[in-house]
Amino acid sequence: MSSFEPIAIIARLTLREAFRRRLLWVLVGLTALIVVLTWWAFGRIAEASPITGAVQILGVSQVTVMLAFMFSFVLAMTAVFAGSPAIGPDIENGLLLAMLARPIRRSEVMLGRWFGLAVVLVVYALVAGYLELGAVVLATGYAPVDPLMAPLYLAGESLILLTLAIVLSTRVASVAGGAVAVVGYGLAWMAGVMGGVGEAFHNDLLRWAGILARLVLPSDVLWRGSAGALSPPDSTLGAAGVNAAIYRFSPFSGTAPGLPWLAWSIVWVVGALALGIVLLRRREL
Amino acid sequence: MASQVPSAATTTAAAGEAASAVAKSSGGEPAIETRELRKEYGRILALAGLTMTVPRGEVFGFLGPNGAGKTTAVKLLLGLSKPTAGEGRVLGAPLGDVEPRRRIGYLPELFRYQGWMSAREVLALHCELARLPRAEWEPEIRAALELVGLTDRADSRTETFSKGMQQRLGLGVALLGRPDLVVLDEPTSALDPVGRQDVRAIIGALRDRGTTVFLNSHLLTEVERVCDRVAIVDRGRVVAELSMAELTRESGVGIRVGGPDGIGREVAARYGRIRLDGEWLYVDSIAEAEVPDLVAELVARGAAIHAVVPTRHSLEERFMSLLATPPDVGDTAEPVAEAGGQLVAEPVTEAGGEPGAADGAEAAAGKGRP
Repeated sequence: MSSFEPIAIIARLTLREAFRRRLLWVLVGLTALIVVLTWWAFGRIAEASPITGAVQILGVSQVTVMLAFMFSFVLAMTAVFAGSPAIGPDIENGLLLAMLARPIRRSEVMLGRWFGLAVVLVVYALVAGYLELGAVVLATGYAPVDPLMAPLYLAGESLILLTLAIVLSTRVASVAGGAVAVVGYGLAWMAGVMGGVGEAFHNDLLRWAGILARLVLPSDVLWRGSAGALSPPDSTLGAAGVNAAIYRFSPFSGTAPGLPWLAWSIVWVVGALALGIVLLRRREL
Repeated sequence: MASQVPSAATTTAAAGEAASAVAKSSGGEPAIETRELRKEYGRILALAGLTMTVPRGEVFGFLGPNGAGKTTAVKLLLGLSKPTAGEGRVLGAPLGDVEPRRRIGYLPELFRYQGWMSAREVLALHCELARLPRAEWEPEIRAALELVGLTDRADSRTETFSKGMQQRLGLGVALLGRPDLVVLDEPTSALDPVGRQDVRAIIGALRDRGTTVFLNSHLLTEVERVCDRVAIVDRGRVVAELSMAELTRESGVGIRVGGPDGIGREVAARYGRIRLDGEWLYVDSIAEAEVPDLVAELVARGAAIHAVVPTRHSLEERFMSLLATPPDVGDTAEPVAEAGGQLVAEPVTEAGGEPGAADGAEAAAGKGRP
């Protein structure tokens, strides 16, 4: 059984590397830029038409969800680009040889890398997410259904993609692993859209395809949770003449994932990490 | 590089020395012991059945041509790879056990350290990984930097280092914390002649301190100069294990002889194996006490003796003769090493130094090397 000390050593090393390689500074800079641009752009929208009527609120909510989708994409790519080279290159260039000759297990190296990058992603997702949301609220006064949960779902989504990328990096070259993770992310999103269509039009085949895709890669579950949290309340939708039940199935809306899907997301991450550890243990150095 | 093994860490070394002494006196258990250790990469046989014993406190040379399985053996000993069959113990613990790695220092053949870190930070990281008490880090790091001659570059990022400097850093990393066992895999492959001499001095100092050194090399002169004992591995098996004293005992004599045709050969053949090289007649495996009798008989038979010079087998000669003998392996998997595997005799000037191609086992197994 692993003690946490070696994992903490590798996690700290990973954080220092992210800091030293300016990943954190790049993220901080980009966040500041996006927050300022968001505040400016939403301010201009509010200037053009006061956000008072249901239709205007619906319009702002759609732009907010689009902004969140862009942020979700940036987070997903950051997770993939940070996770894909986390293990493989260190094996290929021999860096791990000297480290693993110390009293540290491969599983501890892998978990340490995961924890270190997870801290970077979660902190980035929460800080940037809340700042951007704050800029929207300040500029427009728009109040989504559950603004506090949205960045948390996005952070969870990035952890799923980070896990996928790190597991792939135990066996696949960085570029290939990154490509697989990005394609997986895109397919999961698309499968979520098709599943939503299946739900809306009572097509069981599409509905089950969507569920199966979410079981294989539950990133879209969390994205839809985030989109749902940023949507307006049902009363606003009704006032704008929109069927709330149908609206929740659109690609840029959703509902809270619910406990079973949240539990599955956690089980998926734990299971994928366990698989990654097995793959890494079996890899010849 | 400084020629003495640490340490500025002498203030904190006493405890380590005591622990080391305890370890060394723990029942006289060998530092390394393996029995029929075997490693296959799919259908590729990298190690056919390694059986050897490395006593504590010795400098042990592990020799063989490229692809003989040397680096594979080192990885098995350090738990970096799992054996397909066989068993072994390192510092009294079974192979793969994590705990003894606190007392092992390792310089990999493929030395590479975090390029974004300074030399000092790399050493600190390994102090942490080796779980050295925090109070020992600073003196250990200072001593290691001084030992390998990197004090002036301690705060430079390692990605700015030459290969030789990176190898020096790797040696410093391997010596942190006064380990009981130091495993050096081709430790001078990137070093200049001065650096090699320094490494030899460091190995000598380690021996004086009672540290076991496992030196994996194909540079024969290097091994001949520093090792107490050598094992020769070929096609994944140890084909000979002997002490340097045993090697040098196998002496002979060279005689520059003139006179009646064939008289020298006729007489000398009764004393040992003979070979001719111009005017020189070499007699191998002759007992030292018999040399005066041989010379006297030659003179009595009318031969003119111009010179008599004692000779001894070089490590290179011995190894080449051993490797020339086809082994009786009888394994089903494909052996990695081809007959063309060559040992490298270090040039007298020591101007050479780049090792040969990567071990065939790893190359064949698809292991990446830059």
